[in-house]
Amino acid sequence: MARPALWLSLLTVGLFVIALTLGPAQIGPFESLGALIVDDSSPLTMVMREIRLPRAILAVLVGASLGLSGAAMQGYLRNPLAEPGLIGVSGAAALGAVLAIQTGVAATVTLGLPLMALAGALIGVLLILALAGPRGSSLTLILAGIAISALSGALTSLVLNLSPNPFAASEIMFWMMGSLADRSMTHVWIALPFVLVGGGVLLSLGRGLDALTLGEDAASAMGIRLTRLRLVLVLGTACVIGATTAVAGAIGFVGLVVPHILRPLVGARPSRLLWASALGGAVMVLAADIAVRLILPERDLKLGVVTALVGAPLFLHLIYKTRSQLG
Amino acid sequence: MSLLRVEHLSVTLRNRPVLRDVSFDVEEGECVGLIGPNGAGKSTLMRAALGLVAHEGQSSIAVMRDADRARAAAWMPQMREIAWPVTVDTLVMLGRIPHMAGGQKPGAEDHARVDAAIAATGLEAFRQRTATRLSGGEQARVLIARALAQDTPLIVADEPVAGLDPAHQISTMETFAKLARDGRSVIVSLHDLGLAARHCTRLIILSEGRIAADGAPADVLTLDSLRDVFGITAYFRDTDQGPVFQPLSVI
Repeated sequence: MARPALWLSLLTVGLFVIALTLGPAQIGPFESLGALIVDDSSPLTMVMREIRLPRAILAVLVGASLGLSGAAMQGYLRNPLAEPGLIGVSGAAALGAVLAIQTGVAATVTLGLPLMALAGALIGVLLILALAGPRGSSLTLILAGIAISALSGALTSLVLNLSPNPFAASEIMFWMMGSLADRSMTHVWIALPFVLVGGGVLLSLGRGLDALTLGEDAASAMGIRLTRLRLVLVLGTACVIGATTAVAGAIGFVGLVVPHILRPLVGARPSRLLWASALGGAVMVLAADIAVRLILPERDLKLGVVTALVGAPLFLHLIYKTRSQLG
Repeated sequence: MSLLRVEHLSVTLRNRPVLRDVSFDVEEGECVGLIGPNGAGKSTLMRAALGLVAHEGQSSIAVMRDADRARAAAWMPQMREIAWPVTVDTLVMLGRIPHMAGGQKPGAEDHARVDAAIAATGLEAFRQRTATRLSGGEQARVLIARALAQDTPLIVADEPVAGLDPAHQISTMETFAKLARDGRSVIVSLHDLGLAARHCTRLIILSEGRIAADGAPADVLTLDSLRDVFGITAYFRDTDQGPVFQPLSVI
């Protein structure tokens, strides 16, 4: 446990500091970090505290949420292809955000967009729980999730399709690619409570997910209450994914790839993978957000585009490796 | 002391009665072989007795709280599932979950139980191997070790010896018989009537959801019961090397 956790933590801290010192204003790292800590009421302090700090904190929150919920989802479904988007919460949150942009709520009401996205996530999770039933197996959960994802995807397309306003349509397109640019501390305060609560309950699932390695029947006979575990998993995932989608848009592949990469490093134990994936997700999103700012800084490259561009080939490589191991 | 008391247990799955009014007790020190043709309801009986499937009637273990139940009985399902490529050591340690609070590290007692379970199943050389890369029979032994590590008064195992080589079939049954001699109890379903006759202290024959016979192997494995329940003839003798049983032909 100690070694991967240690170097993942160091990597997170290192990238967090780099993210803080990186920006269009060419200022030395020590100077900018000093301005962050000591308020000398200079413009630099404002840049650090109002622009770079929230962006770096959000990268950690979003990455940790995606990695953690991906690891929990894979552990519960015992399938390395599961990802947090599977239960449809991110799709429902995106629909809420799209409606906020389309109706103008995003422009007229302060924080209209993240709040509408959270409302979308809440409706999505209620629908999932109603559809999947209180007992049901993991299969009904997947089916309900696919149905919700498809429905919210279709409604999102419908909004785009019928949008009379090309500016709103392109704003929607860009928002859906996911980004951490121009976020404020208010976004941090919106996401933080949900991420802390959701993350806390997901981390508490380690024991049950370990037992599920032996299948649902054996886990149940070892005293794991599967209906409770599933409810906690859905609510925890909804909290972290709803909140991160609300503040950062849809960021793909992190929840899928990070647990997959880290699994061999933690001896494949689902409980240890939870912590590792939270840190690994933070590392990946911080790195991607740094890359976004280094490559084409003037073109506003979207974070979700970068994670998918990096994630998909990485995933292909992993599949190739798995295939050659299987012979 | 009774470790399991099952009274008037009935299970209906999709409007089809699978178990009908089954009652039996398991005392300390018994190795109970559950035998019967495919579809007789053996797995359902074990799962219902453990409270893993909705049922009518009573089972003393099914009514327990989850945490207590996990310390009263260990369950080895027929489906041998190992979802992740964990080491054999890690997998056997999963059996200690009911004895550890969430997040607690395994203590000396936990390691001792795992060592004993691994020794009993002859897996010492496999401890650091990845469980999913072992052969089917080796995986079965790992899962048996996992159930042993749970260290419960009662072990319920659904066809644990299926797919094992003869030596490990015998050593697994001897492990169960030894547990019974040490005052624990085992309920094991199996199709090898020869193994059942040699190693079990008691056999329950299940036929079409009912108990057709229940008693000592010599009393239960009669020509009549074999003909009526299994539709076979067999050779059965008590030799100086213990009971020998060989199925002969289909009637």
